[in-house]
Formats: sequence, structure tokens, C-alpha cells
Amino acid sequence: MLYMLGWLNVIGEYVPEAWKPMLQYISRIIVPMAEGTIVTFQVFIITIVLSIPLGLILALGRISKFKILREAIGLYIWLLRGTPLMLQLFFVYYGLPNFGIVLDSMTAACIAFVLNYAAYFGEIFRGGIQSIDRGQYEGAKVLGFTYWQTMRRIILPQVAKRVLSPVSNEAITLVKDTALVNVIGVGELLRAAKIAVSRDAVTSPFIVAAVFYLVMTFVLTKLFDYLEERYAIYE
Amino acid sequence: MKMIEVKNIHKSFGSLKVLKGISMTVNKGEVVAIIGPSGSGKSTLLRCINHLETIDRGSIYIEGQAIATEDESGKSRYVSDREIRKICRKTGMVFQNFNLFPHKTVLENIIEAPIVVAKMDKRKAIEEAEELLEKVGLLDKRDNYPSQLSGGQKQRVAIARALAMRPSIMLFDEPTSALDPELTGEVLKVMKDLAEERMTMLVVTHEMGFAREVADRVIFMDEGEIVEEGPPAEIFTAPTMKRTEAFLNQVL
Ligand SMILES: Nc1ncnc2c1ncn2[C@@H]1O[C@H](COP(=O)(O)OP(=O)(O)OP(=O)(O)O)[C@@H](O)[C@H]1O
Ligand SMILES: [Mg+2]
Repeated sequence: MLYMLGWLNVIGEYVPEAWKPMLQYISRIIVPMAEGTIVTFQVFIITIVLSIPLGLILALGRISKFKILREAIGLYIWLLRGTPLMLQLFFVYYGLPNFGIVLDSMTAACIAFVLNYAAYFGEIFRGGIQSIDRGQYEGAKVLGFTYWQTMRRIILPQVAKRVLSPVSNEAITLVKDTALVNVIGVGELLRAAKIAVSRDAVTSPFIVAAVFYLVMTFVLTKLFDYLEERYAIYE
Repeated sequence: MKMIEVKNIHKSFGSLKVLKGISMTVNKGEVVAIIGPSGSGKSTLLRCINHLETIDRGSIYIEGQAIATEDESGKSRYVSDREIRKICRKTGMVFQNFNLFPHKTVLENIIEAPIVVAKMDKRKAIEEAEELLEKVGLLDKRDNYPSQLSGGQKQRVAIARALAMRPSIMLFDEPTSALDPELTGEVLKVMKDLAEERMTMLVVTHEMGFAREVADRVIFMDEGEIVEEGPPAEIFTAPTMKRTEAFLNQVL
């Protein structure tokens, strides 16, 4: 943060006189906006860290031999992918109190996001698992692997590679979807920008917010590029 | 000693009867070749023996231990999954399409099962894997990925991978059919070496030359039945059944 402020000061010395007021303005709003970014980042991290394992469990359940489990998960995925994420947010935050569950807005936001994204990841993983050749299971089975050993050591590592690109798409969508949580009052990046815009009657906070989002998605893109390169060695 | 014994096994896929009462044995140190037209059930028989498919009727024993036995009504009863896994570990299998693990190097392919399944010490597993690679002539490929190998090399790695679990029986399902003709020799050579070491082998093959030269016994299958079996000299030169003769005339 200090580094960024310092950086603004440095360019401040080289820019035309006319831009100076704007830079000064940005350096004033940058702290609340960075705080919003931290909240955005928290929602993102919590969602990723919880929805990926949950998605994997959904995927394994969806291909299990238990019909009831398969269908229950199918219904879950249909519901969560078939209704707007914003509606789900409202439901968790405003609807659940009717059932005696009262959550603060951040918790409600994270729950709705985790449940929603797990449904998407579940379908991605299911497709990935089912794309693996049956011969891989047979090759493992004749060597004496159990089902779980086969999954963990043979199937899922190959699935990881195949789902990397759809997962990367979801992750980038998630960065932008986090903006939705401001509708239930979570003070994330877009909310911080909106507050500054309506208070000061300027548009530059939106530009600043866009830059923050772009930086986050840029870092993510680079991260996934790196992973893809690493996984590329065996094909 | 009977390494494999199957008695009167029946197997259907839906309404399609693929195995119609097969009985056979493979003795210790014996090399048995199964030949027969496409669709006659050769692969299915092999896959039933190591539980890649389940049978409907009949019984299967490996080294005298039952995997499946017949109940009073003739239906097959399998022993527990754990028991099956334990017994089937005595068999190693080589597939037509290799089924190597693409995300693991040659060495990792071979040491994976000894470490994960047999709980072998990693250093020891590597040592043994290197010996096996030496044996199949691929030590210099130890750190390559399967995608960087030719078909013949892949199949030799697959053989080494199966041998790493120290099976007492090796099952081969057309190990050379997916290979370019000029690459079959190197795989057959490795199999011949194994036969010379008195490994018990059951080999489904189109390679009549191999069956004739290496096998102790040849089984001819057609339409889910064993039509005829005997030493290669008899089967290839003086088959007693018309169906065998017709098949051999086609392929020789
Ligand atoms: N999983 C399966 N589901 C349905 N039918 C099958 C299945 N596996 C094999 N079959 C059928 O069973 C019959 C015997 O197949 P099998 O693969 O055992 O023949 P094969 O003798 O090995 O032939 P090939 O020489 O072509 O490999 C074929 O008609 C085949 O279509
Ligand atoms: Mg076959």
C-alpha cells in the first residue's frame, strides 16, 4: 500500500500540471479502495479454497454407484446453476433468518459463493474424470490398486491437467462475480468505488476499481499459464 | 501345479452370450496361447480371469485359491473384493493399448504399484525397476514420458511394470496388435525371454509364429467355446476340427 502511494508520488513529479489534482484525488481514495480489494480478495480465496474440494466431492458422488446420491447431487447442481447467483445471495442473507439462521453479510456471501461455485466445479470435474480412458482404471486395477488409490494416484492427477483451462475460466469469472456481494452490504472493491463516486461526484474511482480487477485477473491468468506449462511436460 | 483353473464359465453382455462354458487350466511354467477369430471371446476370457469382467456362471481359481465358485443353482459367487485383489495380484496383465500412466515417467510407471500397493521401500523399488528396464532394454528411457516412446517401447515398459509386482502368472491380450509390424519383434523377444525363464504365461495372440514357436499349448476358441486345444505341432499341422482348420487356412 505504502509502496503504491510512493509510486503515485513518483509519477506525480513527472506528469503534466493538469493531471495533478486527479492524482491527488486518487491517492486520497486509494486507501478505502484497497481495503475493499482486500475484502474482494477474501471472498475470492475463501470461495476457491472451499468450493474446489466441495466440487470434487460432488463430482465423485455424481459418478458413484449410488443412484440416490447421483440424483440428489444432480438436483443440487441443477438448482445452483439454474438460478441467479444474486438470488442465492439474497436467499442466504435475507431468507435463512426465517429459518432461524442469521448470518453476517460476509459469512452469507461466502456461503452462497462456495455453494454456487462448487456446483460449477463439480460439473467441470465430473466431465474431466469421465474423459479419462477406461484403460487407466484397468491398468491400475490389474496392478492391485484400490478404487481410492486409483483415483488419487492415477485419475485425478490427469484430471487436474484437463480441467485446468475451464477452472481458470471459472476463477476469472469469480474475481468479477465477487462484485455481486455488495448487494447485501459487504464492503468490497466495487462498493468502495461506488461510495467515492456518489460522495465526490467523479468517475475516476470506477477506473481505479477496473485497474484493481485487471491486476487481479492478470495475476491469475499468469498463474494458470504457469500451471499449464508445468503440466504440459508429459504430452 | 495348476496356476489358473477355470471351470465351465459363462459370461453374457446383455443378451449376447460371449463365453459359453469354458473350462481350462494353465500349469506352472506353461506358456499357453489362445487363438481364434475376432469376437470369439478371447479377451473376455482373459479379463474374467483377473476380474476385469465378472462371470455369470462357473468358477475361477488362481494358484488353487477361489475367486469365484458356483453355488447350488450354478450361479457364480465371488469372494470379497479384498480377497480378489489379493489373489489377482499373482497375475500381471499386459494390454493391447499398453495403458501406461501418461503423467508418470517410465520409471515412475514401474515403481508406482510396488510403492503404493506392495508398500515397498522407494529405493528398493527404483533398484528393481532399473533391473527390469535393463532386462527389456530401456534403461536409457527411464526418465522419459510414455508419449515420448514408440509403441514397441511402450509395450516393453508395460511388461516391466507388470513384472515389478512379481506376478507368478502373466496374461497378455494381443500385446503386439497395436504395433507397427516392424516393432512387434522387440516385444515378442521380451516375451520369449520370459518364457525361457519359465514364467507361466497365457497369451491371446494373432502372431501364429509366436504361438507355434513359444507356446507349449495352443487353445483355439470360436464363438465363446474352446473348440480344440493341444501342442502347437498338432494344432497347426493336424487340427482335428473343421473350424480350426478353416481358421488356420485363413490366417496362415
Ligand atoms: N463390455 C462389453 N459390452 C458389450 N459387449 C462386449 C463387451 N466386451 C466385449 N463384447 C462383445 O463380446 C464379444 C467377444 O469380445 P472379445 O473382445 O472377447 O473378443 P476377442 O476374441 O477378444 O476379439 P478380438 O480378436 O477382436 O479382440 C464381441 O462380440 C464383443 O463385441
Ligand atoms: Mg480381443
